[in-house]
Amino acid sequence: MIERFGNWLDTRLGLRTIYATVLDRKVPKVNWSFTLGSATLFLVVMQGVTGIFLTVYYVPHPDQAYDSINYIMNEVAFGWLIRGIHHWGATLMVVTVVLHMLRTFFYAAYKYPRELTWITGVLLLLVTLGMGFTGYLLPWNQRSYWATTVGTNITETVPFIGDFVNQALRGGDELSTLTLSRFFSAHIWMLPAALLGILGIHLYLVVRLGISHIPEKDE
Amino acid sequence: MGEESHEHGISRRSFVTGVIGVLGGIISAIVGLPAIGYLISPALKRESADEWIPLGWVDDLPEGEPALFSFTLTKQVGWERTAFSYGVYVVRKADGELDVFSNVCTHVGCRVSWDEDIAEYVCPCHDGHFARDGAIISGPVPRPLDRYEYRVEEDGRLMIHLQEG
Repeated sequence: MIERFGNWLDTRLGLRTIYATVLDRKVPKVNWSFTLGSATLFLVVMQGVTGIFLTVYYVPHPDQAYDSINYIMNEVAFGWLIRGIHHWGATLMVVTVVLHMLRTFFYAAYKYPRELTWITGVLLLLVTLGMGFTGYLLPWNQRSYWATTVGTNITETVPFIGDFVNQALRGGDELSTLTLSRFFSAHIWMLPAALLGILGIHLYLVVRLGISHIPEKDE
Repeated sequence: MGEESHEHGISRRSFVTGVIGVLGGIISAIVGLPAIGYLISPALKRESADEWIPLGWVDDLPEGEPALFSFTLTKQVGWERTAFSYGVYVVRKADGELDVFSNVCTHVGCRVSWDEDIAEYVCPCHDGHFARDGAIISGPVPRPLDRYEYRVEEDGRLMIHLQEG
């Protein structure tokens, strides 16, 4: 019965082909460092889920951001857990992304035909750092306020356009409600959209090209 | 190898599949149950109110004319203190007693207002009509207007008993 239903679905959806293509790929003999990409993917999903949950209570306004997070931490059931996972998951994700990149670099896995996998990976690193940077402001506490003051000011060292970039990031001369709104928007809409798009290409390439083996000594 | 392990009744592949399934279920429960609590958490905190509210002076109320009194009650909601407004219709009856109605329609909670031309309370949302004494006249309303318990102080001040939660 179950098998008949499975066949019925598969005739229409082709799920078994997808399963075989994506998960039953042939892989060379690898080691634990090859799990860093999957670990990062897991963290992306976890950050997405916990982030969506945080928006149930969080309010991106200077008068309420701090209070709403206090409320999440102290009043909402398991709010400390959801925010804690999001907070530490963010830190962990930067770590796994960097280790994933180092593994790819030292095993020379970025070479032909996987250059585009590498390039999209670098873009994903930048998006990840952007997520970290924009997310850091959202609690609107002293640390996040001054970290963003410093972080946006650093752009002023760029010749000619530095001032403009700083103003564009802040939405004006000073950190304000405009800064908080646009960082929130970037954090929950723009950067995640970019991340999903690039991640789609990245994973497609991994499936299409397969992963490279660990280089031999004479290679 | 697959052949060999089949003799023991379970293949390596189905063992691993099973373990992944069980572990996945446990992890889902650990994450999923707190998530449900997180979402419904504010609904589990019942705010209750039980106090006498001074509404105003009723000495000069004309007989039989509904008069609208209003007051606000500030409550802690989430991380904010929010002012909620209440409307109360007070009617002095011929015998000197009062009718004290909440202006919340008993259908689905819109606010009724007294229409002098037809001498009825009218709810604008679904055209519910109530009589001067709060009784149902027409519309989808399930019961007459709700009444507040009241008392009049010696100085003529009207107090109503607000009970919520």
